[in-house]
Amino acid sequence: MDSFWIDPFSFIGSQLAAWLTGLGLAENWVSLILQLVGALALGTAVLILTFLLIWAERKIVARIQDRLGPNRVGPYGIFQTVADLLKLVTKELITPEGADLLPYNLAPLLAVMSVVGLWAVIPMAPTLLGADIHVGVLYIVSVGSIGTLGILLAGLSSNNKYALLGAFRTVALMISYAVPMALALLVPVLLAGSMSMQEIVLAQKGLPFLLLAPVAALIFFVSSIAEVGRAPFDLLEAESEIVAGFHIEYSGLKFGMFFVAEFLHAFTISALTAVLFMGGWRGPWAEQYTALGFLYFLVKTSLVYFVVIWIRGSFPRIRIDQMNALNWKLITPVALAGLVVTAVAEKVALELGAPRLLTHLAGNALLIFAAAAGLGAYARAARRRSELLAKASKAEAPAG
Amino acid sequence: MTILQIIFLLTAFLTLLAALRVVTSPSMVHAALWLILALAGVAVVFILLNATFLAVVQVAVYIDAIAIMIIIVVMLTRGAVRGQGHTVSKTWWAAALSALVMLTGLLVMLLQAPVRGALPPTLPLDQEAFLERLGQALVDVNQYILPFEVASVLLVAAMVGAIIVAWPLFVRRGEEER
Repeated sequence: MDSFWIDPFSFIGSQLAAWLTGLGLAENWVSLILQLVGALALGTAVLILTFLLIWAERKIVARIQDRLGPNRVGPYGIFQTVADLLKLVTKELITPEGADLLPYNLAPLLAVMSVVGLWAVIPMAPTLLGADIHVGVLYIVSVGSIGTLGILLAGLSSNNKYALLGAFRTVALMISYAVPMALALLVPVLLAGSMSMQEIVLAQKGLPFLLLAPVAALIFFVSSIAEVGRAPFDLLEAESEIVAGFHIEYSGLKFGMFFVAEFLHAFTISALTAVLFMGGWRGPWAEQYTALGFLYFLVKTSLVYFVVIWIRGSFPRIRIDQMNALNWKLITPVALAGLVVTAVAEKVALELGAPRLLTHLAGNALLIFAAAAGLGAYARAARRRSELLAKASKAEAPAG
Repeated sequence: MTILQIIFLLTAFLTLLAALRVVTSPSMVHAALWLILALAGVAVVFILLNATFLAVVQVAVYIDAIAIMIIIVVMLTRGAVRGQGHTVSKTWWAAALSALVMLTGLLVMLLQAPVRGALPPTLPLDQEAFLERLGQALVDVNQYILPFEVASVLLVAAMVGAIIVAWPLFVRRGEEER
């Protein structure tokens, strides 16, 4: 019982393994069964967590908008999401006429699959990890883009012009913002020297990467919000413009799957930001008592999730040309430059023996200064251009 | 039969089935989806061979970039969703014959290789060192830096070409007034 309190996760794992071996199974069948049970438990836990996430989001956004949010079904409206899910389950699954059935039914599956698959590599405690693969960061990039495929197929196969518009916007948004997200993901890899997520958490001993690479953290956070498709980047499902976009023809549980995928994805990127830049499960006494590590992870992730909801309630929706300009003219060059600056700063700190934190902070300050100067010059040029146009049209009007 | 063998047989069967459906599907979108399944099967085979980096890169490059590009192209050419009609060409017997000849040749050649049994190959390095060696080999002057740089130049040329093709045609103000 002593080791249960110190390390509950390994304790449960070893107890299960001992019981299965006691039943007379061979060793690799035992490990296969344990892995399958672990995957099932993780997937189920993460999907059930979504109930809580949707409720939290509705309450917080309601408070930001000076109202109460759901407060009738259960204490403080906690069971509202259960009621919503029951409603969605009992709705008729309408398939539009002329819809391409294979991609139409596959799309919600791909959307949920990509998000739940991301949880396989997130280290939630020193010993609670789905799979400690040594290319964890690359896995995140690749599995995260399967969600893009799902949304694209949904818009394409619905036989609906609004859905097709949503699919085009998806292509522009999610594929564009995957570039700076991948670039910003490389900065913790550089700082930790490994692509494995557990190694990145272990390398943040004493100094979270948020302090070493604030620009990269901000870029990763912003492009992840764009990848999820949440406000202010929710032009994929802009209700005032394209009437729910790509999931317009989905009803019942298929829409429920898109719904769940979006909220869970928002929590997942909060978890990724917490793990990659804020130290994940790191905290006082986290190595000895792994349950404490799990608690720190949850607290940090919830903090970032609160910021995501806060942003949702505060900013207006971004236009598609503004979004493209923001990505390709500002975020991607800054991400590229940030990668170079981080590599140089790391080498300088290593070779010259300069203090690591100061070198990186200096590099980031230089980056922010250069980006601000670039933005200022761009704004001045745009203003001058618009003044010239106004002068030219004013000169023509009396003459014409 | 070990578990890895069972997984490999299932994956290989699924990949071959998907590849067959790619070429026999009447709808292009369906063909693209079966292609994604075939590529995912190849990624699983990479994992079974203990090449996790290649598996993840396979998913990231093929499924997330190339397959999405194929679907976008199909999306932009309207009418492709509903199928083209007759998908099998008239000279299919010639193609089948050449495929059979190639299969026989490959089988004869592979059966002559010394038999190693159905064991997974043991790699001399652990995975972390393998990645480090790969990274260093790509920038080492004696190894693969030239193909690496040539590939970068190719990508830049492709991007420049794409931008030029997509550049809007400007109409000058003088012509507009006239």
